[in-house]
Amino acid sequence: MSEHSISRKTYYLIYAALMVLTATTTGMAYVDLGAFNVYLALTIAVIKGTLVILFFMHVKETAGITTVYVAAGFFWLLILIVLTVSDYMTRTS
Amino acid sequence: MSSSTVLAHQFDGLEQQRDASTLGMWVFLLTEIMFFGGMFLGYTIYRSAYPNAFAIASQYMDVTLGTVNTVVLITSSLTMALAVLSSRLGQQHSTKMFLLATIGLGLVFLFIKGVEYHEKYVEHVVPGLDFRLTGPEAGHMQMLFCFYFLMTGMHAVHMIIGVGLLTWLIRKNSTGIFSAEYYTPVEIVGLYWHFVDIVWIFLFPLLYLIGQHLRGHA
Repeated sequence: MSEHSISRKTYYLIYAALMVLTATTTGMAYVDLGAFNVYLALTIAVIKGTLVILFFMHVKETAGITTVYVAAGFFWLLILIVLTVSDYMTRTS
Repeated sequence: MSSSTVLAHQFDGLEQQRDASTLGMWVFLLTEIMFFGGMFLGYTIYRSAYPNAFAIASQYMDVTLGTVNTVVLITSSLTMALAVLSSRLGQQHSTKMFLLATIGLGLVFLFIKGVEYHEKYVEHVVPGLDFRLTGPEAGHMQMLFCFYFLMTGMHAVHMIIGVGLLTWLIRKNSTGIFSAEYYTPVEIVGLYWHFVDIVWIFLFPLLYLIGQHLRGHA
């Protein structure tokens, strides 16, 4: 269940991916894509965060119940964001 | 180290104890997600309410130092992951070296953060202490700096706590207690350190990057 099998090599590969994504997001920040700049930056951040959670934090190979808790936590965060933002975006005055 | 000394009596075995500890740490981290999530949400709403002021104020962010700090912190996450791996393999010396490297990188991050805070002070954009921007948007620009100091400040407090936890781990490691059977403290502190890294992974684009493409015509 919680026997970690992720190898040293995998950690280096994930690290390399995180560095490439950091370079990409910083580089693209100076290219004017209009509103798409925000979405690109957030998408890259989500990918980076997911890589850290799955590999560095071992969620990929941890007990099933932990995965459910992690997913539930992010779902709760989503409720906070979606309900609040939909309130502010639909105010008329 | 025999398993009887590290196994608490309420658990059937070390694996169950480790799973319980991991789950407990994640529950704590979920409260942390909600804590930082509230600040991220507040930032998002103010940014969408005052896009011009936030775009102008974003030009004060030092993207170079922010990028360097991102690299430093992600590298510290790698050394932390390798410390957990070493402790599981019972390699006491390399565990110590990776923990020291993680602390070192954490301190470099905090030092660079301090340099950035000093830059803000010199540029007179520290709300409450010395804020001298004027003009119709100055008040809304001040909001960005409030969020900047609040969010990076809370993040830095978490880093300082993390450095303390890592120092405690180095002491514990020196007793030779960690093995394939018992390395839970290293794993748990690792979870905390990676979480702090993830917070920065989101802070960096949101605070430093998303206004940069407007440079020149903001």
